[in-house]
Amino acid sequence: MNKTRLIFRHEFLNAIKGKGFIIMTLIVPVLALIGIGVFQLVSTGGPPVVGTITVGYVDEAGGFDQYTTQGYIELVHFDTPGDAKAALINGDASEYFVIPSDYLSTGVINRYTLAREVETPAVITTAIKNFLTSNLLTGKVPPDTIELVEKPLTLKVTRLTETGDVATEQGGYGNVIIPAIFSLLLALSLQASAIYLVQGLGDEKESRLIEVLLSSVSPRQLLTGKVLGLGAAGLVQVVVWLASLPLLLNLASSTIGGFFSTIQLPANFVVLGIVYFIMGYLLFAALSAGVGAISPSAREGQQLSMIYAMLVYVPLWFASLLFAFPGSPIWSVLTIFPVTAPIAVMLRLGVTGIAAWELAASLAVMVLAVIGALSLSVKAFRTYLLMYGKRPGWGEIIRGLRSG
Amino acid sequence: MLAVEVSHIAKSFADKVAVENLSFSVAQGEVFGLIGPNGAGKTTAIRMMMDILKPDSGDVTILGQKLNEATKDRLGYLPEERGLYRRLKVLDSIVYLASLKGMGKNSATEKANELLNQTGMLASKNKKIEELSKGMGQIIQFIVTIIHDPQLLVLDEPFAGLDPVNTELLKRMLADLRDQGKAVILSTHQMNQVEELCDRILMINGGRDVLHGDLNEIKARYRGNSILLDFVGELGEVPGVTGKRTHKGHTEVMLDGKTTPQQVLAYLISRGMVINRFEVATPSLNEIFLKVVGEKS
Repeated sequence: MNKTRLIFRHEFLNAIKGKGFIIMTLIVPVLALIGIGVFQLVSTGGPPVVGTITVGYVDEAGGFDQYTTQGYIELVHFDTPGDAKAALINGDASEYFVIPSDYLSTGVINRYTLAREVETPAVITTAIKNFLTSNLLTGKVPPDTIELVEKPLTLKVTRLTETGDVATEQGGYGNVIIPAIFSLLLALSLQASAIYLVQGLGDEKESRLIEVLLSSVSPRQLLTGKVLGLGAAGLVQVVVWLASLPLLLNLASSTIGGFFSTIQLPANFVVLGIVYFIMGYLLFAALSAGVGAISPSAREGQQLSMIYAMLVYVPLWFASLLFAFPGSPIWSVLTIFPVTAPIAVMLRLGVTGIAAWELAASLAVMVLAVIGALSLSVKAFRTYLLMYGKRPGWGEIIRGLRSG
Repeated sequence: MLAVEVSHIAKSFADKVAVENLSFSVAQGEVFGLIGPNGAGKTTAIRMMMDILKPDSGDVTILGQKLNEATKDRLGYLPEERGLYRRLKVLDSIVYLASLKGMGKNSATEKANELLNQTGMLASKNKKIEELSKGMGQIIQFIVTIIHDPQLLVLDEPFAGLDPVNTELLKRMLADLRDQGKAVILSTHQMNQVEELCDRILMINGGRDVLHGDLNEIKARYRGNSILLDFVGELGEVPGVTGKRTHKGHTEVMLDGKTTPQQVLAYLISRGMVINRFEVATPSLNEIFLKVVGEKS
């Protein structure tokens, strides 16, 4: 068997047999399945049985005496604030509120509770609001109108294409959620692959096994076998995640419905996900091979690799800005800058889409960066792989790469 | 066909000359000693032979050709500082590294079992490398070096860290390999091992050849003009003897430049002297090493 293939096979099998790899690969779909399962268990049990909550009120404005049942909240009238307070302290009411005499002009309601809260629970706010609205409007508008006023606004948005047709991708959080989650996983996978490579090279260098290997194979065979083997393992991870997405989405939509049924995978998402993983991985692998070659130990190599491994997360740090300012030129920069491109592209696919020229520029720069990084790394690999002890200085490395 | 032919190789790192104009050859079936003080350039020379480093100038021919993938499969290299995949099992490590030397999985497994059995390590074949002692790890590395039946073996300090039992085991295996016609290059600081095992030596210092040739000839060349004697009675005056030194168990007798040891022996016998030991003093390789390295530095 060709020696590059032997190294590829060895690295691939070693990587996919690793506990860390197996856990990382399976944890994403398994956690999603558990989440769906838990939701199903809870939802099939019917709505939670909640006892009636008694909320006291004092009507100083007058006229608020109907609609005292709001869902499972029972509103009980007290004549004075003193009576209501006594009921609260005795436990006859869980809380109470006072409708001041000037309520109609100020709109202010005073609420009293024993609980320490960050803000008033939404169910209480809704119950009080609907109680007040119903009493204010009763007899003045039809009951259906009262009901409509009390219901939250339902805004149904349809995105049209430039020709006026309904767009296939309607946008919204349903469109964003999968690219966002996948971006995070892609970043983790790229980082993990880079760490495996630096760690593997560092270990072989530290244990001096590298000399035995180089007496059997050429540096190019060793580098190619390692990069492809670990890359294939990382690709398996990404493909497992991507393959599980449609299944999980179907399961989630049929089980949970609602928001999950709005989740869509952007067009070309899977293809671009794999393309950017491969390109991103090749770039990271080339950088990691160079770092592994110049670092005297696995630990120092990992520290150095953190410099570019952290950059991959930059688009995620600014993800909230993407939602607020999707047209900002910073996103074009992050899409074209090779280290941030894989994650920036994945995120933007879900939020705004990417102009064809940006995608073309991003891929072109990525290809050039991969070629450049590979060429420098092969030189560093040949020059520094057998240097042990202290890491050469940056000036020395640059001189070495120029002369190499 | 020579196993190794090194012709005028040189290598520098930054401003430091590691190896300068070094030439030597090693024949099939020969054990060749590569010796020299620390930092002399031995490892750099070996790495150039192994094609791990490219020489700045000069040529290396291994088994009659430039080192390529096919010839790499015919040589075994044991580097000075050993290492294996610590988390891999012994048998898996050996089989993987043997496969990189062109062996098939089945034949590598069969041969690995045979060598593990020969070295008393068969019981450890399913242990992880990190569970082995340093000496056991070295034996495994030696097995990795020879499993593919190489024509040329390059061993850098093969006995370092081994106990006497394993040292003897390794020596026996080396002797067997030599008898099978394999060429062996032995780089070591242990001069007694070189004296015991090597036919010819190359001593390098500062990257240069300082002593090179047949071991017996070299020892003869550095032989001093003195005799080691153990006798009964008084030595008295002996013609041609310029001085004597008493050591524990023997006396060293220094001769002038004209008198031969045979003349001295004839004189002592003619005097009826009882002689228990008569030996022409030959310096050990260690003494030659110290002398040569001392002179050059």
